[in-house]
Amino acid sequence: MSKVLVIAEHNGESLNPSTAKSVSCATQIDGATVDVAVFGSSVAGVAQEAAELNGVARVLSVEREENDPAIAAILAPQIVALAGDYSHVFGPSTTFGKDLMPRVAALLGVNQISDIMSVEGSHSFKRPVYAGNAIVSVDAPADSIVIATVRTASYQAADRGNNAPIEAASVDAELPTHTRFVELRTGSSDRPDLQAAARVVSGGRALASEENFELIYKLADKLGAAIGSSRAAVDAGYVPPETQVGQTGQIIAPDLYIAIGISGAIQHITGIKDAGTIVAINKDEEAPIFEVSDIGLVGDLFTVVPELTDALG
Amino acid sequence: MEKILVGLKRVVDYNVRVQVKSDGSGVETDGVKMSINPFDEIALEEALRIRERGDANEVVVVSIGSSESQQQLRTGLAMGADRAILVETASSTDALTVARVFRTIIDRENADLVILGKQAIDDDNSQTGQMLAALWGRPQATFASELTFDGTTAKVTREVDAGLETLEIDLPAVITVDLRLNEPRYVKLPDIMKAKKKPLDTIPLADLGVDGAPEVKETAYKPPEGRQRGIMVEDVAGLVAALNDKGLL
Ligand SMILES: Cc1cc2nc3c(=O)[nH]c(=O)nc-3n(C[C@H](O)[C@H](O)[C@H](O)COP(=O)(O)OP(=O)(O)OC[C@H]3O[C@@H](n4cnc5c(N)ncnc54)[C@H](O)[C@@H]3O)c2cc1C
Ligand SMILES: Nc1ncnc2c1ncn2[C@@H]1O[C@H](COP(=O)(O)O)[C@@H](O)[C@H]1O
Repeated sequence: MSKVLVIAEHNGESLNPSTAKSVSCATQIDGATVDVAVFGSSVAGVAQEAAELNGVARVLSVEREENDPAIAAILAPQIVALAGDYSHVFGPSTTFGKDLMPRVAALLGVNQISDIMSVEGSHSFKRPVYAGNAIVSVDAPADSIVIATVRTASYQAADRGNNAPIEAASVDAELPTHTRFVELRTGSSDRPDLQAAARVVSGGRALASEENFELIYKLADKLGAAIGSSRAAVDAGYVPPETQVGQTGQIIAPDLYIAIGISGAIQHITGIKDAGTIVAINKDEEAPIFEVSDIGLVGDLFTVVPELTDALG
Repeated sequence: MEKILVGLKRVVDYNVRVQVKSDGSGVETDGVKMSINPFDEIALEEALRIRERGDANEVVVVSIGSSESQQQLRTGLAMGADRAILVETASSTDALTVARVFRTIIDRENADLVILGKQAIDDDNSQTGQMLAALWGRPQATFASELTFDGTTAKVTREVDAGLETLEIDLPAVITVDLRLNEPRYVKLPDIMKAKKKPLDTIPLADLGVDGAPEVKETAYKPPEGRQRGIMVEDVAGLVAALNDKGLL
């Protein structure tokens, strides 16, 4: 019988949507019991949110001063201490989970399955490789624990309505002091979160300056959309790195994705493959972005985008 | 610090449109351009800069793979690495095995710092650095976009989903690099000639006495389900109409 422990991602105040998606993936394993572990210093609220997710059997809260904010080298030995009771430990394939889970896997002497996009059996999964140009089916060894990250864009968040029991777990593990948190600089937080947003407006190199990105912001504001970007736009300093979408940025699945002045490099496309509708605005009718877009408009963004913003009333 | 190890993985060049083999056994690599994993070039560039500003004395590039990986190691030497080590194996290696190899090389070389890419663009695993740090019992700073050294500690800025996080870590440590850390230098012809004389040691993987990890079996490769090309609209009015049709506004 599979027992899955999902490691919750949160910011101390609320649960990151990646957790509810990881729970959805875990519940795809036939007959699995799914528990969620919440690490932090004071996590009653977050644990409560996790307990409300359908499919969760139990929430373990592990409160310790050192667990806030989360540092992989500090969480990993605690997860190892809990892992003995489980056949699987899952984390989200966000920068939090990518940083943490391989450290857990190595301590347990197993490889990690990165970016599960489909569960085919308790030890069989599908995952993307080569920037999503190939999908590989893998079988994890049947006799060892499965450590994996979940490609969150492949899963809908688990619904709420549950009321799973919350237990305080005390974990016996020696914690290192060699890694210390200094600071987290976040972008403006008044816009919707890129991962969670139903709509995303994304700008590329064609915007040509930080000032011109104002066009993207205005359109996004009209739509209540989050801001995305291409690597070229980030490298040029027009937008902060956390807006980058793609192989090495964020993998997202909004209902509506509008790509403006983005050519559609394979590394970018891999980040938006699961979007509901892709709209592309580009002045080059040959741009590869049109090959994957549901609605394409050939035109100069500097006239089209203000017009569109106005048309949305 | 004395010595920095840098991992250089030989991968299908990032410009290649990768094709799945018709029998589903893998992707086509015959006659395909191979290169250093782009993140590893950035890792090497950073190591060279650290050495050039006097914070380290030696940069050693390491690759685990077939004898063909010598090409990538030679390129690394031409960029400026002092020495190269090829851990040779004909079979493909998983992340934990690679991490275990690095762990033994650290001891052999007495390395103070290991810089790897944040992910290999073939397997897209993003595991090796974190695993190595775990096996070594040392700090990890992944997805680095900025780093500075101060004697026995380093300050590393990491690109995380929420923004930029800064960690302070004690050395020795493992750092994995993101794209914006630096721009790798171009290799000049004279450097390629000079690189031919630099030492490149080959160690058979079997000689290292590294335990193989429990195997994750790859049972089939398939091309992804593609998206269909949709409609083109003439103007903004057409776009708004099409969005309305789909109930998206
Ligand atoms: C290892 C690796 C990882 C990478 N990871 C990522 C990633 O995660 N995400 C990512 O995005 N990229 C990534 N890249 C980079 C990627 O290969 C492309 O270089 C990048 O996506 C290009 O960005 P762009 O489309 O904005 O710029 P460009 O390719 O320069 O395209 C600009 C587009 O704007 C159009 N245009 C110009 N002017 C106008 C105008 N006035 N009106 C309308 N259209 C106009 C042009 O026709 C063109 O199509 C990665 C690359 C590597 C090597
Ligand atoms: N076979 C290898 N040889 C040298 N370095 C490697 C090898 N495999 C992985 N690495 C290093 O580990 C990083 C992350 O790889 P991965 O965990 O496979 O995504 C790469 O960018 C390399 O720096």
